[in-house]
Amino acid sequence: MTAQLLIEDLSLVFRTRHGMVRALEDVSLSVERGEIVGVVGESGSGKSVMAYAVMGLQDPASQVLGGRIMFGGLDMLRASEAALAEMRGRELAMIFQSPRTALNPIRKVGRQIADILRQHTTSRRGDLRKHAIDALARVRIPDPARRCEAYPFELSGGMCQRVMIAMALACSPSLLIADEPTTGLDVTTQAVIMDLIREMSRDARMSTLLITHDLGLAGEYCDRIAVMHAGHVVEVAPIEELLSRPAHPYTRQLLAATPTSRSTVEELVSIPGQLPDLRRELPACRFSERCERHVGTCDERPLPWTKLSPTHMVRCRVPL
Amino acid sequence: MTPPLLQARALSKHYPVGRGAMLHAVDAVDLAIAPGECVGLVGESGCGKSTLVRLLARLIDPTSGSVLLEGQDIAAVSQAKFVTTPQRSRIQVVFQDPSESLNPAFRVFQSIADPLKRLLGLRDKAKLAMLVHRAADLVGLPRELIERYPHQLSGGQRARVGIARAIAVEPSLLILDEPTSALDVSVQAVILRLLADLRTRLGMSYLFVSHDLNVVRLLCSRIVVMYVGRVVEAAPTETLFTAPRHPYTRALIAAIPDPARRGETRPRLDGSPSSPVDPDPNTCRFYGRCLRGADRCATEMPALRPFGEAHLAACHFA
Amino acid sequence: MSATTLARNVGHAFGQNRLTLVAVAILLLLLLCAAFGQQIAPYDPLMTNGGAKLLAPDAAHLFGTDALGRDILSRVIVAARLDLGMAISAVVLSFLGGLALGAVAGYFGGWSDRIIGRGMDTIMAFPLFVLAMGIVAALGNSVLNIIIATMIINLPFYCRFARGEVNVRREMGYVEAARMGGNRSLPVLVHHIIPNILPPMMVQASLNMGWAILNAAGLSFIGLGVRPPTPEWGIMVSEGASFIISGEWWTFVFPGAALVLAVFCFNLLGDGMRDLLDPRQRI
Repeated sequence: MTAQLLIEDLSLVFRTRHGMVRALEDVSLSVERGEIVGVVGESGSGKSVMAYAVMGLQDPASQVLGGRIMFGGLDMLRASEAALAEMRGRELAMIFQSPRTALNPIRKVGRQIADILRQHTTSRRGDLRKHAIDALARVRIPDPARRCEAYPFELSGGMCQRVMIAMALACSPSLLIADEPTTGLDVTTQAVIMDLIREMSRDARMSTLLITHDLGLAGEYCDRIAVMHAGHVVEVAPIEELLSRPAHPYTRQLLAATPTSRSTVEELVSIPGQLPDLRRELPACRFSERCERHVGTCDERPLPWTKLSPTHMVRCRVPL
Repeated sequence: MTPPLLQARALSKHYPVGRGAMLHAVDAVDLAIAPGECVGLVGESGCGKSTLVRLLARLIDPTSGSVLLEGQDIAAVSQAKFVTTPQRSRIQVVFQDPSESLNPAFRVFQSIADPLKRLLGLRDKAKLAMLVHRAADLVGLPRELIERYPHQLSGGQRARVGIARAIAVEPSLLILDEPTSALDVSVQAVILRLLADLRTRLGMSYLFVSHDLNVVRLLCSRIVVMYVGRVVEAAPTETLFTAPRHPYTRALIAAIPDPARRGETRPRLDGSPSSPVDPDPNTCRFYGRCLRGADRCATEMPALRPFGEAHLAACHFA
Repeated sequence: MSATTLARNVGHAFGQNRLTLVAVAILLLLLLCAAFGQQIAPYDPLMTNGGAKLLAPDAAHLFGTDALGRDILSRVIVAARLDLGMAISAVVLSFLGGLALGAVAGYFGGWSDRIIGRGMDTIMAFPLFVLAMGIVAALGNSVLNIIIATMIINLPFYCRFARGEVNVRREMGYVEAARMGGNRSLPVLVHHIIPNILPPMMVQASLNMGWAILNAAGLSFIGLGVRPPTPEWGIMVSEGASFIISGEWWTFVFPGAALVLAVFCFNLLGDGMRDLLDPRQRI
């Protein structure tokens, strides 16, 4: 098994006051060593829920109904809290949206990096500050020695994100999960941050799971993409193939709705209907109510995976 | 040559930030919008576009400069007085974040009806209802949603209500401040098509502010680029994207994610913008971050120079 | 809101929460006592009876009698009018005053904020109960002055709350939209912002009511405001306190329990009120 990360048939629900939310159903995904896999979906697609599940940080109100997440020989869903804590930070790291709020506002940036190093490496106390400065230099923060003494509020959004990346990479993890890392950042800063993530991932042969709603961003930086809709993974393919020959009706509509440098307003397609309410009983294919290709067999369970090529899979009975 | 609908001349807004220092949020901006034109306004966060929007919408008063609405300076009166003038209904704004821009205590009907009551002085219930329904129909909002509260609507529906409220009084200029950035891609597509359709149908001008250059490219015929409070470039849309002149614009365009350019390492704009507090009036604001940079950039502030058809750029080396 | 939607929302809000129904029941009981106390009371609350002094609770006198032979049950029932009346008046006055001052300070800022802020700081500089005592002592011993004193010391509470709530909302999109829609500053504040801050303020008012009852009773307890023989819970507890040692517990327990019940009831009502008034919960 060469895959760095393997998610198999993950199903997860949330118990809420208004009913049970079927957040994820039979989600399967793999990430190979050194590749950047993008998970693309709109709000409510379950992509962040999946990312947190991989880290073992599920919401306490959630319940795993089935499936497993294999990482480093460990099933992240069934491992003990101690084993998970050992993994996190060292082998498995995550960076979040809103970098300034993800950092501890009352602790200097250098100290926060040192905390991680202290917990997961055997560095000596005296070396910690030096390693922290090195970590900041590696993400190309200018004047790292001085920045180590800064608080998050003194740094710009882009800088804070770099600090978060430095913290995530401090122990050279084998998998990085980036949850909307550049939402809210300017496009120029976004480009720098994404270039950095790509470079780090190539240099260290680190696998990356990039969660984003921005198809254009995923298109430029990812090797493979998984498209999610309403708690299902509907299509997985290498990036060029997904963009030129999308097989799932939702993927095609998503591409048609995304403005690119070559589109016109008239060409922009909107997807009819809305996301289905995840609290009620849902059909086998959750896109069926909004799909123009819907046929009777679409409602039969289980919904199979159709393999269009060794690398291109789609979860649809009538793929394009 | 039709006179512009709205013209800003040497518009500035400075805020005191303690100890005599002034923050130059907007500095000597000239901007013109023709009737029926859609102008895009782009720039980094902190470049002053939100402040400029508020100045043009007359929500705040400028420190200096004028805002001419069909030749009449509406910046001459204070914003408190402007609220009661008939020009107030000529410029309206569609705000970002539909969840915050609708009053949670008002039903949709009330939110749309309020400007009609205040600006057009409508008291007749039947006439009011007719205009509210007309606005709702124009934006494709189903009639049964009109009696709902904002928290009972989806993001896309709230966006429509915000637009309905703004167009109900039939403004000549609609300023759209990131109207779709909080929406999913599929909903964004619907709203953008709606906005394009409304503009031609109602003959309004748009000032479209967005950080998403692909979106701006869709709707706007002309784009203005701001940087640290100043306009650095203004050009027709396609010209800006294919032949940008200012180094900042070039970097901005190059930074747009493009699947067709996978794997290419392009020169990136790193660092942060210079401080808008007490900036040196003789130094180009982009100096220091710019890949070029000569002594002249530090001693002479570049002015907006013409470069062909309606194309202006403020750079010594453009 | 129309009458039918109001009724529907009330039913929905109270149906959601059983405790709120209990609180409403208690409130109705208290209001009944306040309105019809004289009629409900089994005995004349002021009638003394030398031969029936300090009788323990029995069939004839459910709450016993006090040192002057008066029926305690009757006195407790009739006292509801005074206690609730004082508390409600004080709370309503300080609510309205605090709302107005706080909203103006929070919206306009600048000088109005500074002046109002200093005014409130002056009030809060004193230990509030001592200030109330001082005001009653200065203005004279009467029920009206208890209400005025309670209102004054309660003002900063609402003022600060209103100011904070208005401040948070001042920069929101819908406020800017209201200004774009032709509203001047005062209409924006009154028609657009205040309806949104009323729900949290009403919750505060309900919780505050309990405090106001105790405050008024407290002033009476130390002998200010209400004079004997007027039945009032605070004064009854004060009179009964002298019997703690000798064991005639009914003289202070029952009026005390009435106070507890009233405060408890208003605290429970706080949540129910918020659900009723919060636009997000409306259907």
